[in-house]
Amino acid sequence: MIDNLLDMLLLAQEGPLLKSPDNAAEVIEVATEAISSPSAISWANLGYLVAAVLFILGIKGMTHPRTAVRGNQLGAFGMLIAVLVVMLSGQVVSWPVALIGMLVGTAGGIWLANTVQMTQMPQLVALFNGFGGIASVLVAGSELIKASNPGFAGFAAGMTGLIGSVTFTGSLIAAGKLQELPQFKKPWSFGGQQFVSAGLLVFGLLLSWMMTDGSGVEYVLLVVASLVLGTLLVLPIGGADMPVVIALLNSYSGLAAAAAGFVINNNVLIIAGSLVGASGLILTQIMCKAMNRSLANVLFAKFEASGPAADADEVYAGKIKSTTAEEVAMLLDGVQRVIFVPGYGLAVAQAQHAVRELANLLEASGVSVEYAIHPVAGRMPGHMNVLLAEADVPYDQLKEMDEINPTFSQCDVAIVIGANDVVNPVANTDPSSPIAGMPILEVSEARTVIMIKRSLSPGFAGIPNPLFAADNCLMFFGDGKKALVDLIAALKEG
Amino acid sequence: MDIITALTIFVLAIFIGVEIISKVPPTLHTPLMSGSNAISGITLVGALLAGGGFWGGLLGFVAIVFATLNVVGGFLVTHRMLAMFKKKN
Repeated sequence: MIDNLLDMLLLAQEGPLLKSPDNAAEVIEVATEAISSPSAISWANLGYLVAAVLFILGIKGMTHPRTAVRGNQLGAFGMLIAVLVVMLSGQVVSWPVALIGMLVGTAGGIWLANTVQMTQMPQLVALFNGFGGIASVLVAGSELIKASNPGFAGFAAGMTGLIGSVTFTGSLIAAGKLQELPQFKKPWSFGGQQFVSAGLLVFGLLLSWMMTDGSGVEYVLLVVASLVLGTLLVLPIGGADMPVVIALLNSYSGLAAAAAGFVINNNVLIIAGSLVGASGLILTQIMCKAMNRSLANVLFAKFEASGPAADADEVYAGKIKSTTAEEVAMLLDGVQRVIFVPGYGLAVAQAQHAVRELANLLEASGVSVEYAIHPVAGRMPGHMNVLLAEADVPYDQLKEMDEINPTFSQCDVAIVIGANDVVNPVANTDPSSPIAGMPILEVSEARTVIMIKRSLSPGFAGIPNPLFAADNCLMFFGDGKKALVDLIAALKEG
Repeated sequence: MDIITALTIFVLAIFIGVEIISKVPPTLHTPLMSGSNAISGITLVGALLAGGGFWGGLLGFVAIVFATLNVVGGFLVTHRMLAMFKKKN
């Protein structure tokens, strides 16, 4: 502020020296320049700092369901401040472009956010990741057009192009797989694909390095190579590994924004981008740990056993006990504690509301009900919790694996709906199995296990589950939702 | 702002991110992801500053549309999800 006043005083002193009205335009130009820079830019930076602090407080709010709504609002408020600061800074190049662009984006955003179903949340988040990534790529590209000799900013632009483009195509393909579009149904790969990917990555890094003297041609090449790279990286990955992929792409979208921050020398992009980058990395790590696989294994290795897999007929022969709704209803009569174990099959069958109805019925007769959530249940981190919250399941009944595992032995009936690999005891017993060492929900400790499942077909890991043949396990064959509805009817009759 | 200052901010912000996000419970991982995703739409600031010439303007426009989609859609859908999380009565 003081700087501004001084500038104006200086101008006032110099003013009389400018004689003719011809110089009026020049005076105005000098004056605006003096007022708008550089102190005005530091005001803008102060505004960006406020926005960054709001982002941090916003994410901090996410540490508890009670404060999360407020946290999200703080984040949105921070974004509003950041956008207002840009608009007031007088640096917006074209107002019509800015306003129409934001109008279109806002309309699209509102429509997407309001029409999406909770089961489709993973593909929506994947799409949004991709949008953020491509936006950063374009920002860096447009900045390169302006700069003639960018130096370090050129390298940063290269990195933005690389990370952002990989995020874009990777996310689109992940979204296609999650939406189960027929084109993406099968993991697709060719021999030597990893070498091609590695080659593209090295090519991209080299081009980034060469971009310190700022060439548009190199940038276009780099973006094209990276778009191909993103495609090649995600195509071979199967549906059940998607939680890891989305978490990783989430991280990349943040890192792309941070890299764009280096290009345009803007703090708030760097801070917000790195916060998101860190968030995605942590979630990626949690997901990998929950599957006992390394990130490299999820991304590059085929999912297979190190020894011969057990034969399904041998595991199940003569030991499968099938049950009916009436039988289960009788079994549930007089129990004290029931644990539901939901898996992705529950989401597919849209059975979350039926589960809630059954739980209500049980609770009305004094039964304690809880839900055991495996970290990789569903198609993205925390997906199952959102689906159950949608069905009005209170969040204090949603239990994490480590919390609920020691208590399965005090559980009368565990009802598993649409989950398979995450309750397969082979993970603990057979070191050569593809899921060896994966932490599982110890449902077999419960007095009785009811498996609601269409058939004895294996899960994503493609191996039989000896739990189905266990003495305390009853198979309730059928569609998840229909089975639950039948069970509710049987309970009401009984 | 020189490169080292920018790098310092970058590295420190990552540490802050790791610290606070490690405390988010698994129940909220999906909203955390969509919410932080909306924050990564901060690139909108860069998009608004972009432009200059036909190509710069065009790239800027497309960037603004995508970034705004990311921001508005991300925050709204996160709000929709979080509003569903309720404690027992």
